[in-house]
Amino acid sequence: MNMIVTPASPATPNGTTRPQVRIVIVGHVDHGKSTLVGRLLHETGSLPDGKLEMLKAVSARRGMPFEWSFLLDALQTERDQGITIDTTQIRFRTNSRDIVLIDAPGHAEFLRNMITGASQADGAVLIIDALEGVRDQTRRHGYLLHLLGVKQVAVVVNKMDRVDFSADRFKEISDEISAHLNGLGVTPTAVIPISARDGDGVAERTDRIGWYKGPTVVEALDQLEPARPLEALALRLPVQAIYKFDDRRIVAGRIESGSLIAGDEIVIMPAGKITKIKTVESWPVTPVAGRQGAGRSVGITLDRELFIERGDIVAHAGSAPRETRRLRARIFWLHDKPLAKGDQLLVRCGPKESRATVVAIEKAVDPGELSSTENKAIGRNHVGEIDISLSSPIAADPYTENPRTGRLVIEVSGRIAGGGLVLSVDAGQRAVPVDIVPVESALRPDERSARYQHNGAVVWLTGLPASGKSTLAKALERRLFTNGGSPILLDGDTLRAGLNNDLGFSAADRSENIRRLAEVATHLARNGHIAIVAAVSPAREDRAAARRIADTAFREIHVATPAEVCEDRDPKGHYKKARAGALASFTGIGNDYEAPQAAELVIDTSTRTVAEAADEIEQMLKTTGVLFDEMVDLAANI
Amino acid sequence: MHLLRTDSGADGRDSRTPVSEQIPVGLTAPSMDHLDQLEAQSIYIFREAFGRLKKIALLWSLGKDSNVMIWLARKAFFGRLPFPALHVDTGKKFPEMYRFRDHYGKEWDLDLRVEPCPPIDAVDPTLPPAARSAARKTEGLKMALGKYGFDGLIAGIRRDEEATRAKERVFSPRGLEGNWDVRDQPPEFWDHFNASPPQGAHLRIHPILHWTEADIWAYTKRENIPIIPLYLSQNGKRYRSLGDQDITNPVNSTASNIDEILAELEQTKVPERAGRALDHETEDAFERLRVAGYL
Repeated sequence: MNMIVTPASPATPNGTTRPQVRIVIVGHVDHGKSTLVGRLLHETGSLPDGKLEMLKAVSARRGMPFEWSFLLDALQTERDQGITIDTTQIRFRTNSRDIVLIDAPGHAEFLRNMITGASQADGAVLIIDALEGVRDQTRRHGYLLHLLGVKQVAVVVNKMDRVDFSADRFKEISDEISAHLNGLGVTPTAVIPISARDGDGVAERTDRIGWYKGPTVVEALDQLEPARPLEALALRLPVQAIYKFDDRRIVAGRIESGSLIAGDEIVIMPAGKITKIKTVESWPVTPVAGRQGAGRSVGITLDRELFIERGDIVAHAGSAPRETRRLRARIFWLHDKPLAKGDQLLVRCGPKESRATVVAIEKAVDPGELSSTENKAIGRNHVGEIDISLSSPIAADPYTENPRTGRLVIEVSGRIAGGGLVLSVDAGQRAVPVDIVPVESALRPDERSARYQHNGAVVWLTGLPASGKSTLAKALERRLFTNGGSPILLDGDTLRAGLNNDLGFSAADRSENIRRLAEVATHLARNGHIAIVAAVSPAREDRAAARRIADTAFREIHVATPAEVCEDRDPKGHYKKARAGALASFTGIGNDYEAPQAAELVIDTSTRTVAEAADEIEQMLKTTGVLFDEMVDLAANI
Repeated sequence: MHLLRTDSGADGRDSRTPVSEQIPVGLTAPSMDHLDQLEAQSIYIFREAFGRLKKIALLWSLGKDSNVMIWLARKAFFGRLPFPALHVDTGKKFPEMYRFRDHYGKEWDLDLRVEPCPPIDAVDPTLPPAARSAARKTEGLKMALGKYGFDGLIAGIRRDEEATRAKERVFSPRGLEGNWDVRDQPPEFWDHFNASPPQGAHLRIHPILHWTEADIWAYTKRENIPIIPLYLSQNGKRYRSLGDQDITNPVNSTASNIDEILAELEQTKVPERAGRALDHETEDAFERLRVAGYL
């Protein structure tokens, strides 16, 4: 699949490995990218023997002047007309580097290939026509490099022959593009005047650019810092599967970075369990001795049985990836329907998948325009930065620390809809001090459920003020307690008197109020209790956040008593005050209550007694596996 | 039943220590050569297919490519093929191929399913003769799909073989009729594959899509994978690609072992499928077949 112009072997005759540098060449479509590539292949001696002479002869026969860009076309055609250009890579060598040119210039799906390819680019060459100067597309491509995190950018000012090799014109362009790139946080490694057609500045400083003292293009490429080899990074072995074909229990996956060997002490993330690699299994010869490095598909056995599943990451203790339910990513979007705040997605990070919600869209940019930076939605072929909340914890790295485990794809309806780079984990959340070491209970969940006859759960009652939430909550609490269970009531107003007394009624404070309620309730549920939460919780998004925190333990009950009935009841006199204008931010008057769309249960207290409503809740808790029906069920649950 | 994730909260770990260097100096792993890289990638694809789909099978055409595939699968799954090997049999293969199938089907402990093709009369009569014959195989494949309800079929096609195959994805969705829509292919990058075919449709999985003909031979030699002798020169001719007897022709060659084949491939300008009659009948025959579900 690669267009290999020179032998691909990265090894030199004396056995040392030459650093490999991956680059992209970007810039306005007519500014001479293909010509530069053709010239570079020639100047670095990377063309097959006779190729150049042959092309020149063909051009002469056809009566047209030879163009360097023909080289690229010819190689392309020859390789295979059917090969899609997005898989093409061109290789050539400088003095001390193997250069891989990813993404040949000038084709339609530029953005996607740019991002999928260039996110792994170590450097870029930005080309500008000396006559035309910096154009919109030049700026856009500069911006893309910034978005993709490509820091090493060499600028070439091409077609200097068309401005009579004017040092003034060069300086003008150099100043303009440097200012633009500096504004984006990118400092050009060099700005080079060249004529790709004639060869000035490509490999030689000719007399015509005698006033220029900087590096040539080949020298600039030779100075690019290669990315650290994946093997030099911390070990990341994402688990693809656990195989038990025989008496071995083999954890299989591909080493994305680092290396491992039998006997290594490892940690399984995100659970954080520590064990050792017993053997490295293979076929036909097994086990294999020796170190296995990044890129290998391997299988390992562990020295003790522990729960491990697809998507976990095997790392070395001490350099494990971070566990998170929240991350910020820079993404590109390929789906017809724009990505919006609140969208439900599936995120894949290696073999790990997690349901996710877009919590915020921080940036939304159309790279074709760069004008619209509306932070509402990210359209097809646009890029942006988003905060994602995950329904289950994942182990991830920022892409600056690990390019392989720091990237993700997004699926919508089972189809890949976008991809991106992990900018940071735990985005938007308070930093957690490193000395927090959570302590787990000594009791097992099944010990608790055997006593209480139920599993832990968060029963969340939401509804308008005076809809009957607290009444129902208390009735349910009494009933569960009578049956030997362990219910605990968490009333929104009661908690506001203590734990949450620093919070008011702004949208942000309401969200934080709900988050704390959900965290406390989830802690209780994890310890086998049934936490009954009675809170207006009018915002759908806040309740969705609560569900994410409590995960499978969450049972939402919409107390859907009609608004007129609630206002008529008004036991706390709130509706009356609100009508009189004395109570700001009161939910109930107006349309600020967002009813649940998929609650586990909906109850209208105006049409049934408290006992009947409690019956319904009890029944729901049975059918959803919280309450055990019979002793038989209990046995099945232990 | 535990409703709660007891392992999602906390159990004494501290995951926030800074990343430090892990590799002691002088203890680096042996570097991977080109074949190692191809192998590791193919193994990754096999494991993804096995892990993400419910019911898969490997299409075993008995040729050099599908034998390499079986070898790679056994590497992926530590010596076994944990799903059926499906041979859609036109009944017109070379006797050497049938002997090979029967022998290695046993030796490799394959769950071999041999499925017949319908008679030639049942196939679109407007296709040129060789394409029509190949289309029989497509019909046979559809029948086998219907019989077993596979949601994934592993096929040994390669990008370098033929122009339309160059546009393929690793996980390639096929419509209800087994057809391929080249214009509506989902994006595939960073080794993330679209593994959710629509209800009733299935996926073709291509674990050696990124290999070349020369890679296949070099790997076959390195791993000592058995081959059908028809690939080696006899009386100045050998087969580069094996299909049905009546539509496959040998090419001129003196290569009598794999080293000589590799040397020959360096020199040749003749495409691999030159001996396959169907590729040359009409310009769009292959594309038409692929749209209809041919491999």
